[in-house]
Amino acid sequence: MSIGHTLLGLLESGPRHGYDLKRAFDEKFGHDRPLHYGQVYSTMSRLLKNGLVEVDGIEAGGGPERKRYAITEAGITDVERWLATPEKPEPYLQSTLYTKVVLALLTSRDAADILDTQRSEHLRSMRILTDRKRKGDLADQLICDHALFHLEADLRWLELTAARLDKLRAEVTR
Amino acid sequence: MTASPPPGSLLTAQDLRKVYGPTTALDGAGFSIHPGEVVAVMGPSGSGKSTLLHCLAGIVTPDSGSILYNGRELTTMSDAERSALRRSEFGFVFQFGQLVPELTCVENVALPLRLNGTPRKEAERAALTWMERLEVDDVRKKRPGEVSGGQGQRVAVARALVTGPRVLFADEPTGALDSLNGERVMELLTEAARSANAAVVLVTHEARVAAYSDREIVVRDGRSRDMERVV
Amino acid sequence: MSARQWGRDLGMGLRFAFAGGREGWIRALLTAVGVGLGVALLLLTTALPGALAERDRRGEARLNYTFGDTIESPADNTLVIADTDTEFDEKDIRGRLVEPEGDRAPVPPGLREFPAPGDMVVSPALKELLDSDGGALLRDRLDYDVVGTIGEQGLIGSQELAYYAGAEGLAERMGDGMVGRIDRFGDPNPTEEEADPVLVLLVLVVFVVLLMPVAVFIAAAVRFGGERRDRRLAALRLVGSDGGMTRRIAAGEALGGALLGLVFGTGFFLAGRELAASFEVFDISVFPSYLNPSPLLALLVAVAVPGAAVLVTLLALRGVVIEPLGVVRTARPARRRLWWRLLLPVAGIGMLAPMLGQGRENGDFNGYLVTGGVICLLVGVTALLPWIVETVVARLGSGSVSWQLAVRRLQLSSGAAARMVNGIAVAVAGAIALQMLFAGVEGDYTKDTGFDVSRAQMQVRVPDGTELAAATAKLEGTKGVREVYALSEGYLGDRSWSKEPQRSAELTIGDCATLREVAKLPSCEDGDVFALRGGEYDTDTPSLSRPGQKLYLEMHHTPDASEDVVWSLPETLKEADSVEDPTGTKRGGFLMTPAAVPADVAKSVRGELYLAIDDSVPAAREHVRNTAAAIDPLSNPTTWSASERTERFDAIRTGLFVGAAAVLALIGASLLVSQLEQLRERRKLLSALIAFGTRRRTLSLSVLWQTAIPIGLGLLLASTVGMALGAVLLRMTSTPVSVDWPSVLQMTGIGAGVVLVVTVLSLPPLLRMMRPDGLRTE
Repeated sequence: MSIGHTLLGLLESGPRHGYDLKRAFDEKFGHDRPLHYGQVYSTMSRLLKNGLVEVDGIEAGGGPERKRYAITEAGITDVERWLATPEKPEPYLQSTLYTKVVLALLTSRDAADILDTQRSEHLRSMRILTDRKRKGDLADQLICDHALFHLEADLRWLELTAARLDKLRAEVTR
Repeated sequence: MTASPPPGSLLTAQDLRKVYGPTTALDGAGFSIHPGEVVAVMGPSGSGKSTLLHCLAGIVTPDSGSILYNGRELTTMSDAERSALRRSEFGFVFQFGQLVPELTCVENVALPLRLNGTPRKEAERAALTWMERLEVDDVRKKRPGEVSGGQGQRVAVARALVTGPRVLFADEPTGALDSLNGERVMELLTEAARSANAAVVLVTHEARVAAYSDREIVVRDGRSRDMERVV
Repeated sequence: MSARQWGRDLGMGLRFAFAGGREGWIRALLTAVGVGLGVALLLLTTALPGALAERDRRGEARLNYTFGDTIESPADNTLVIADTDTEFDEKDIRGRLVEPEGDRAPVPPGLREFPAPGDMVVSPALKELLDSDGGALLRDRLDYDVVGTIGEQGLIGSQELAYYAGAEGLAERMGDGMVGRIDRFGDPNPTEEEADPVLVLLVLVVFVVLLMPVAVFIAAAVRFGGERRDRRLAALRLVGSDGGMTRRIAAGEALGGALLGLVFGTGFFLAGRELAASFEVFDISVFPSYLNPSPLLALLVAVAVPGAAVLVTLLALRGVVIEPLGVVRTARPARRRLWWRLLLPVAGIGMLAPMLGQGRENGDFNGYLVTGGVICLLVGVTALLPWIVETVVARLGSGSVSWQLAVRRLQLSSGAAARMVNGIAVAVAGAIALQMLFAGVEGDYTKDTGFDVSRAQMQVRVPDGTELAAATAKLEGTKGVREVYALSEGYLGDRSWSKEPQRSAELTIGDCATLREVAKLPSCEDGDVFALRGGEYDTDTPSLSRPGQKLYLEMHHTPDASEDVVWSLPETLKEADSVEDPTGTKRGGFLMTPAAVPADVAKSVRGELYLAIDDSVPAAREHVRNTAAAIDPLSNPTTWSASERTERFDAIRTGLFVGAAAVLALIGASLLVSQLEQLRERRKLLSALIAFGTRRRTLSLSVLWQTAIPIGLGLLLASTVGMALGAVLLRMTSTPVSVDWPSVLQMTGIGAGVVLVVTVLSLPPLLRMMRPDGLRTE
């Protein structure tokens, strides 16, 4: 999961202190694994170096936690691209997908689009697997089936999420 | 609304609207399929995918919008014309309840040919060829009630293909089957359709079934989304 | 197993009978109507003998019997009574003129006191007729003041037309058979009159024939909605009811329809009873109070009908195992066997055979054997039909798609199809047999009267001594009369009638023109006398035809030698050949022209007026009757017809026809319900068939075939059995066997019509169901 894109996305709604960013991240995505401050600062400095964010202001007292960051145009474009790029179908990628969906909702983007794109990508993998299975021997079939079942589980999750988008939107934008 | 259909398309629908009483089943849906292509129509239940299939097949007339099949406008055809089209150009497989319980399996498969006026003997001979391809020729003398669900669906596929249709409409064809039987039916269905160069419109909510398609269309709230053209 | 458990299970079934929405109700209602019709018919059957006996009793009690013991002299307990029956608009009116001769004169039943001369007491139906617009002509004829109505005791039917009118001077008119003196009403020597055995047979068979299809229908009706019921029962098994319980619940369901039917039946019967008062079947009407079923038989009906319904259900469930997950028919039903199915009709013929050729004379038909035989034959239809349908359908080959769909369906469930048709087949078979019997027997009851209706169509007989010329003039002046042939008739003997003559001959008086109607006269002028040659039953005329022969005129009363009217044949006796007169007979004796008639002869001959009627004048005959009544109330006008047909058969045949049609309509309604039910179950399939392009016509036709094939077979069997039964019944009455094709066609036509109507009525729902909505799963 890309923490950089996630923090960027969180900045889209307005400039924030690094401390605020961490809190927002933990609240929305880091339920069982809160971010370390260091992780936030190192990520932010990388983003700063790449010109995706800029320092909006520094409060008295110094220290990295006192910096206020704002997203740049390039940053917005980067978030956009990241959201639109389907994840490579892999097991256990739902946390990334979840993050993408929530971010889309937070930034008033079309979350359903993300899900559709992802479904399409999954189906593309499944088609390849199905085709291989068709032509292959029993071993191929079993291996492909394993992958297919995992992908299918993802897709089910996708459908479920799609059906609950309205509810989720209400919750994350509360 | 007369945007020209994609080049080479066999069946194209644009801006379909259909309202059943208080429910809006289709709200500007579109669709397109090429000869020999297998297109999955996906979407949550109640999204309007079955209605889309019914419209495309000329079973239901949409309230507005256009459906072009081979250059002919379906929405302005008479019921008799559409029936004739369905008899000769289209084939159908449904989830269940489609085989006539009194007729034997081979008679069921021969039925569409006989509706077109083919003599009984000839029709049943052709039916048997298709049953062999779908590996159900051994149950030809049995009645639908006496065969398994998978066999029944394969009989239904044979019946759908026996007239040599250009488009095969399949509405949840594996919905009532377990995964192994469902896959067998899908394999045989897509193979048979490909060999006959028939396009397949496959309505399903199962990804593993949709994986047998070449591309998919997603229907949500009566609107469709062609994933190939978006990605 | 406790009675409480039984009660609980039956009660649950009763609730199910009326649950299940509109369809459940319709089914329960149809069952109830069927059962109700059967019950009403049964109650009527049990009430009818009593009603007819009561009617006979009342009819006997009011007889004014004047033959046998004649009362010569008036006393204070005697009554002079004259029969003045007339006819109005083809309806008979019983008329009596009464003149009490003392205070203790017998009052007719239904009257409190005698009407004064010029007054009359009338039956309610006659009062109504007289008050109606159509009764104007009758009012002129019965020119008396209505002072009261005849009570029920004095009438034999609610629709009977009757009156008693007060009169004066009737005693002087006694002697010609119309007037008599009595001291009591009723038959002094009542005789048990044997009912015509053929009529009894007819009535018996009519009831069996009408009851049988109702019974068959009830048997089919309690099985309505069988598939749905089976599913319900299976669901009950799933939640833990055992086999016995489910059976009892099913029986309770059947009981529900039957009990409601019992209520309906009682209602139908009571309504029918009231209705019966305004009905006349072959001139017999009854009072509602006559129709009282014997309580014991009524109780039997009340117990037997619901009992039978339960029994049929349990029998139907015999070959069925209801399992929690559905209904299993024990094994594959065995192929139907023919031999035992043939036993029933053979047994039926066997029961009827001993009575073959007994005819009307010694036709003491055994009621039980007749009923049993007819029932066996008709039940035989229901036994044979399933076999025939199965056998034929199994052999039906290829055809169009609609044909294939129908045939295959029938092959799978030919039993259900045959069951639905059974009722129709039995009704048609019975009706054909009866119509044949009626048509055959009707010939017997239709007699050639011999009247030559081309010359005269009415005859008015005026009492002795009426001024014939005046009467003729009056009749000639009546509307609608074209021609009057007036003849006076008397009888001549060779010596005084007080001494019993040895030889005798007729005497006919009329003018030349009229006499030419009865004989070929060589020449004729007023004053001529002719002796007739070639008269029927005439042996004495030749020997009496000597000029100067003294002839004594027959007197109708006071046979006293001092009053003899004697007449001598003149010298100029001419001869003439007799020809058929308007009554169709060749008369013999002597003809006289008016100038040749001695004065005292004229007084003692009876006037006969033959009338040619112009039928284009409305109510011409009624005008004639009115004139006749004005000439003399005791005159007796009769209308001629070439043949006399017993109208009661028309009435029975119409009744049978209506009854059979009603039964068929009922069965048709139930056919429709089960047809629709079946269609609804196949809704999804129908939609799928439509999806792949099946023409609606194909599906509609298959529905038609599905009903038409079993019905066609049923009608074929019904016609065969019906004609066989008809032939047997005709042979029993010794009537030549001939098939009454019109009624065969008529009955099979109605049967076929029912199928057509059912199919047409099930088409709109079928077309609606064929809409693609049926494909929608969500």
